Amino acid sequence: MLILHCPYCGVDADETELAPGGEAHLKRAGPDSSDEEFHDYLFARENPRGVHFERWRHAAGCGKWFHAARDTATLEVFGTYPAQTTEPPREIRARISVRRPGWTWREFS
Amino acid sequence: MPLLLVMSQLRHIAAERDTAQRREARISGLVWNGSDSPMKRYSAFAVVREALRWHSGWERAWKSPEPKRYYDVIIIGAGGHGLATAYYLGRNFGITNVAVLEKGWLGGGNTGRNTTIIRSNYLQDPSAAIYEKARALYEDLSQELNYNVMFSPRGVMMLAQTHHEMRGYQRTAHANALQGVKTEWISPQRVKELVPIINIDGPRYPVLGALWQERGGTARHDAVAWGYARACSGMGIDIIQKCEVTAIRTENGKVTGVDTTKGAIDCNKLGIVVAGHSGVLANMAGFRLPIESVALQALVSEPIKPCMDVVVMANTVHGYMSQSDKGEMVIGGGADGFNNYTQRGSFHHIEETVRALIETFPMLSRLKMLRQWGGIVDMTGDRSPILSKTPVENIFINCGWGTGGFKSIPGSGWGFAELMATGQSSLCAAFSLDRFKEGRFIDESVAAGVAH
Ligand SMILES: Cc1cc2nc3c(=O)[nH]c(=O)nc-3n(C[C@H](O)[C@H](O)[C@H](O)COP(=O)(O)OP(=O)(O)OC[C@H]3O[C@@H](n4cnc5c(N)ncnc54)[C@H](O)[C@@H]3O)c2cc1C
Ligand SMILES: [Zn+2]
Repeated sequence: MLILHCPYCGVDADETELAPGGEAHLKRAGPDSSDEEFHDYLFARENPRGVHFERWRHAAGCGKWFHAARDTATLEVFGTYPAQTTEPPREIRARISVRRPGWTWREFS
Repeated sequence: MPLLLVMSQLRHIAAERDTAQRREARISGLVWNGSDSPMKRYSAFAVVREALRWHSGWERAWKSPEPKRYYDVIIIGAGGHGLATAYYLGRNFGITNVAVLEKGWLGGGNTGRNTTIIRSNYLQDPSAAIYEKARALYEDLSQELNYNVMFSPRGVMMLAQTHHEMRGYQRTAHANALQGVKTEWISPQRVKELVPIINIDGPRYPVLGALWQERGGTARHDAVAWGYARACSGMGIDIIQKCEVTAIRTENGKVTGVDTTKGAIDCNKLGIVVAGHSGVLANMAGFRLPIESVALQALVSEPIKPCMDVVVMANTVHGYMSQSDKGEMVIGGGADGFNNYTQRGSFHHIEETVRALIETFPMLSRLKMLRQWGGIVDMTGDRSPILSKTPVENIFINCGWGTGGFKSIPGSGWGFAELMATGQSSLCAAFSLDRFKEGRFIDESVAAGVAH
């Protein structure tokens, strides 16, 4: 069973307490966006075999959304962090680089 | 003793057929791989013939060649869909300079991990067309492939356990009537007659009726893969196992070949048919898909005497069950909600499935469960597959079958081979990749609750 640390209430929550929310850090397409951008925002997914960033909600706990960095091939959890960010924090990325040298996902600044 | 005479005659004939080459192979300890193709047919006569010569003449069901430098068509993935595609490329279009590349062993993906339900009672017309084509092909697939795939049209029943579901299935029954797919809406009493071990009273999940497809059923999953593989091999198509594709090469937006753990191989056309790994292969080719890969689990009980001779699906409680020929109750449940490539699902799904099924089948509570396993299923947003050209010229993709693509293997292979050979296929047209951009969803998730 997957166990994720809720960065808000500090609980190590079992998967059954959590609701999965899919890929994180999607860039929302606005009214001026092209069909292509809308398509990518709505449908195109990384779906990587390896390092992945996701949204989760502590549904049966404090009820808040947060982010998790996981490996989909090993189920290793690299860390969780609050939802108020468009990119994974540096410390999470550094932690992943130690465990998975040369990993890539999307381009981050 | 005329019978003995006939037998000794037969043995004599058989011995004469035993060519010098075959003897040589046996003496030198090599495995005879049947290179004097066409392949030998399986038949009652063959069983007798082999019985009379100590089973020395059976061939390998398929060859294991080393890859050539070039193929007209490469198919990545030797699951049911990849193998069926290769088979119909040869059978319907005479294209046999084909390789099917498999990173593990053939049929080792979802094709060898599923609960083998076959039905075609879908709501939307394009789905009904391809699933019914597949179901119809299953009817005589054993004869077609000269391989017993154990198709058993024992009937598939989809229980309605809420009023919402009841209205949904009645609607599907009407849609099926218009599509020419034979299904009917049946009463709870009829359900009880067909499945005596069921509890139709509730209280929590009363059975309000069911959508019944009499010619739905099951087949032997491995045999479907093996049968297609053997028939492909007999046509001269190369099936290459333990050969993982690690990169896809393109030039000016057009595919030129693949890199594999057995070296580089060039091709004119490439078909990606890898189910849960579709995203990984698409990434190699430089595009993304509207697909998420998640784990779906199944389990079987200890074998018991025959007690249920139809397939029952209970979608409200996310459970479905049939009894295998060995006597095991084969049970499938819901998929995980998060991306996963480990072929292991979360335990609580098993718990939920079994907990709910026990209310509908009280006798299950006394059974021991023997095995549990998972497969990585490729889920699209509308729960319908993708059979399509891709942004890269001459790369085609067949994926997104998710939790329900065993039943469609023959129809999908038929249509996808046509698409790859000719550039278009009426069976596949609606399932193209651009349906997402254009909003032409083929929505089976609402229609079926869960799709299997
Ligand atoms: C538990 C479970 C129950 C199911 N129950 C049903 C059911 O009752 N009825 C039904 O109709 N469907 C069911 N399904 C769905 C069905 O199993 C699948 O839709 C179907 O088998 C997919 O077949 P495929 O040939 O596309 O994929 P697979 O059989 O998974 O084959 C894909 C192959 O590609 C190979 N591959 C991947 N990457 C590479 C690479 N880089 N290089 C080379 N090869 C590669 C894999 O090793 C694999 O063998 C179920 C699935 C599961 C997991
Ligand atoms: Zn919390």
